[in-house]
Amino acid sequence: MSRTVLEMNDITMQFGGVVAVNSFSMHVDQGEIVSLIGPNGAGKTTAFNVITGVYPPTNGNVFFNGEKIIENHPRGKMKKLYAGTGNGKYTEHLEPTPDMITKLGIARTFQNIRLWKSQSVFDNVLIAKHLRRTSNVFSATFRLNAAEEKRQREETAELLNILGLYDVRDNNCTSLPYGLQRRLEIARALATNPSLLLLDEPAAGMNPQETIDLTDFVGKIRDDFKLTVCMIEHHMDLVMNISDRIYVLNFGALISKGTPAEVQADPAVISAYLGEDE
Amino acid sequence: MEKEKKKDLIFSLAVIAFVFVAVVVLENILPRTSMLFTVLKKGSIYALVAVSMNLLNGFTGLFSLGQAGFMLLGAYTYAVFTIPVSQRAAVYQYFDGGIIQFSLPVFVAIILAGLVAAFFAYLIGLPVLKLKSDYLAIATLGFAEIIRALFQWDKLGGLTNGSNLLRRFPVFKSSVFPLAVSGICIAVIVMLINSTYGRAFKAIRDDEVAAEAMGINLAHHKRMAFTISSFFAGISGALLAMFQTTVQAAQFKSAMTYEILLIVVIGGIGSVSGSVISSFLFIACSEWWLRFLDNADTYIGAFHVPLLRPGFRKVVFSVVIMAIVLLYQRGIMGDSEISVAGIRKKLAARKAAAAEKKVSK
Amino acid sequence: MGFFQTNLPYLLAGISTGGQYALIAIGYTMVYGILRLINFAHGDVFMCAALMVIYSSSYLPLYISIPIAIVATGLLGFAIERVAYKPLRTAPRMSAMISAIGMSYLIQNLALYVTGGLTKYYPPVPFISDSIEIFGAMTKRVTVITPFVTLFLIIVLVSIIKYTKIGIAMRAVSRDFETAQLMGVKINSVISATFVIGSLLAAIGSSLFFSNYTGVTPTVGGMPGLKAFVAAVFGGIGSIPGAVIGAFIIGICENLIKGMGLTTFSDAFTFVLLIVVLMFMPTGLFGEKATDKV
Repeated sequence: MSRTVLEMNDITMQFGGVVAVNSFSMHVDQGEIVSLIGPNGAGKTTAFNVITGVYPPTNGNVFFNGEKIIENHPRGKMKKLYAGTGNGKYTEHLEPTPDMITKLGIARTFQNIRLWKSQSVFDNVLIAKHLRRTSNVFSATFRLNAAEEKRQREETAELLNILGLYDVRDNNCTSLPYGLQRRLEIARALATNPSLLLLDEPAAGMNPQETIDLTDFVGKIRDDFKLTVCMIEHHMDLVMNISDRIYVLNFGALISKGTPAEVQADPAVISAYLGEDE
Repeated sequence: MEKEKKKDLIFSLAVIAFVFVAVVVLENILPRTSMLFTVLKKGSIYALVAVSMNLLNGFTGLFSLGQAGFMLLGAYTYAVFTIPVSQRAAVYQYFDGGIIQFSLPVFVAIILAGLVAAFFAYLIGLPVLKLKSDYLAIATLGFAEIIRALFQWDKLGGLTNGSNLLRRFPVFKSSVFPLAVSGICIAVIVMLINSTYGRAFKAIRDDEVAAEAMGINLAHHKRMAFTISSFFAGISGALLAMFQTTVQAAQFKSAMTYEILLIVVIGGIGSVSGSVISSFLFIACSEWWLRFLDNADTYIGAFHVPLLRPGFRKVVFSVVIMAIVLLYQRGIMGDSEISVAGIRKKLAARKAAAAEKKVSK
Repeated sequence: MGFFQTNLPYLLAGISTGGQYALIAIGYTMVYGILRLINFAHGDVFMCAALMVIYSSSYLPLYISIPIAIVATGLLGFAIERVAYKPLRTAPRMSAMISAIGMSYLIQNLALYVTGGLTKYYPPVPFISDSIEIFGAMTKRVTVITPFVTLFLIIVLVSIIKYTKIGIAMRAVSRDFETAQLMGVKINSVISATFVIGSLLAAIGSSLFFSNYTGVTPTVGGMPGLKAFVAAVFGGIGSIPGAVIGAFIIGICENLIKGMGLTTFSDAFTFVLLIVVLMFMPTGLFGEKATDKV
């Protein structure tokens, strides 16, 4: 029995009158690749944004490596609607900012690539190394941290080597082809030394060959970096090939979960994707 | 690689030494009143404050308009703490000689000027740095105005001399002093920008959401950039006080911040060398080269040049600025820098090209 | 009664300045609503309107020169938009704001050149500049007239926005710039109309303001401009009633502070209010909440 890395309990996210995620629970175990699928607007990215601390959830909590990292905090009108978890009470207010979540070891990529546009490929990864610094602003300014700086640069070069981006390291990141930009986003996420990697549509906009490459690539980095991966994806070939388990969301609610074979056979999933027979 | 770096460093030091020797020599040749020295002094002060503003606006992406307020804090701190005890009764004639009855050495006071500005920036930053783009701009502008009003308040007259001038504090005679102080400060800012923290600032500028997701604490880093920028604005305020020999709060209006912002824009947002060049250009034009535009009695031969009268210089100036803002948005330098290494690379490339030509012949 | 008696002149002055700020604030809030741009030059447009009256009134009678100045100010607003903002429509927001600051700098310097740096005095306008007595307090008639003029103009403006074609287009553009454009709204004419209306109102506000405070210098527009902007933020940017209420509150508070003998802080107060509003209710009284999408 492997250890649970990520656990979401009863997560609800309501924006005004729109319930983007409705009472969603999931867990991801050590070393797994778990996919989150569903039609557009199903609340997948919102679920990621809750985990990474972008939005405090309306209700529910998130555990990471057994430690509670996010707890619901219903306010105002929401208080009546959601009583909180744990015997109808919410015990703590945990609303960490995204950087604190990343520090705990959860890194992510973005659906619409968000690289630092004015920076080179090398610097994009190097900047992400800033998180694990030990120098303060004074020692960094006056170059008292030369050893650390050197180590950061070496690690960055090594990472770029592993991910096959070393040859383009001095190019501006926006000059890369789309597939490599997505790969660079993954490299940047890996530079923060995560144990859980959240990939938001890593294959979006890729051609079939690039998608096949990505399948191998995700498995490879999972093994190389001893990662657990949670992924949002629309390419069904990719999802069915590499996922250990799959969660299916529709209109914010969980409609199916299980192994790829189980999910593929589930009538609820088929109707969500293809529509009901009239 | 290492060897080349060392070479560059030696070369840079040589250039700097040459500039200082040249200034000292010129000061002994030219009359003291030469406009060149005004430009050198005021230009270096503006260069420092422009670079400090660029650190915020250009490198961290925080559009702040509080620079005049922090300069005011620096200028007052310096002046208040350095007026000789024997002169205090005369300066604070309406406030019984003021409440401070000691004075600090010049260098201590300059650093204190920076620290006071930084301290206020820290406090102001706690609430305002959460605001986005134009709201941040207007809030920092507002704080600068509040600070200005506080310093003109009679009740604080024992410290600030109310709305009266502060004067008789130690000043500098030679332009070497402001050049050296600004030079050191700008060098420190450049080192900060090239450090891991500077890279984090740039990440915040390029994409805040991604920066936060990669573990950069936004509040912490923004406050850091804001405080450090204000520290240097405070020091430039102290230098400005020394340059003017008097200080009055009424002078530090938002118009001053706008002027500094325009200098930054002309130089190129995100370029330190651009800010420095454009500061000297701006001051040279407004204090020296374009002065003739204000002279109503300008004749070319017997032709009386029309339009010229006091104020025309500023009109020409603002038209040029608008032209740069509208047509040449990158400014003089864009976001690139002049550096010894850059020049060496260019020269090497030219040499290689020349060698190739020879070979092909 | 004692408090009322001593503060009455300040209260009256406050209501009147409030009305004048309101007329400027509308220009800010409409432009911001549509372009998301703080039009820093708006305060200078207000100053220019006064200068135009001063210069034209030395050749023409006031009843001609004031309307001419108002129309000319409308054209000035149009020209500013075309020259300084239109070329930057797709540029980052910071560039447009810098252009606004540059424009303000240019207008101030032009005014400085034209006036030669001397303070010019607004001509006394018959009837509205006359002194009158209310509840034993001496004041100018303009003080009493301003709130009514302001309210009248706002009613006209709100009806324009609500019922005319251009008004509907304005609302559409401020709601969603791109979609409105795709739906065939002529963006440029809507934006121009916004600037013209804003400038016309500022010009009317200027003739009321300077009938009261007659000295005109190149930088005189800066402070009322910033205050009107704060009023617009306070009321919730993009909301016309919000801007008006904000302007009256600022005008009244500012004058009462002057009445307490704290003139130094009458300007600073506005900014304290601004910062409090931005901290605790960033969308102002009637503003709409906006969320960023990740």
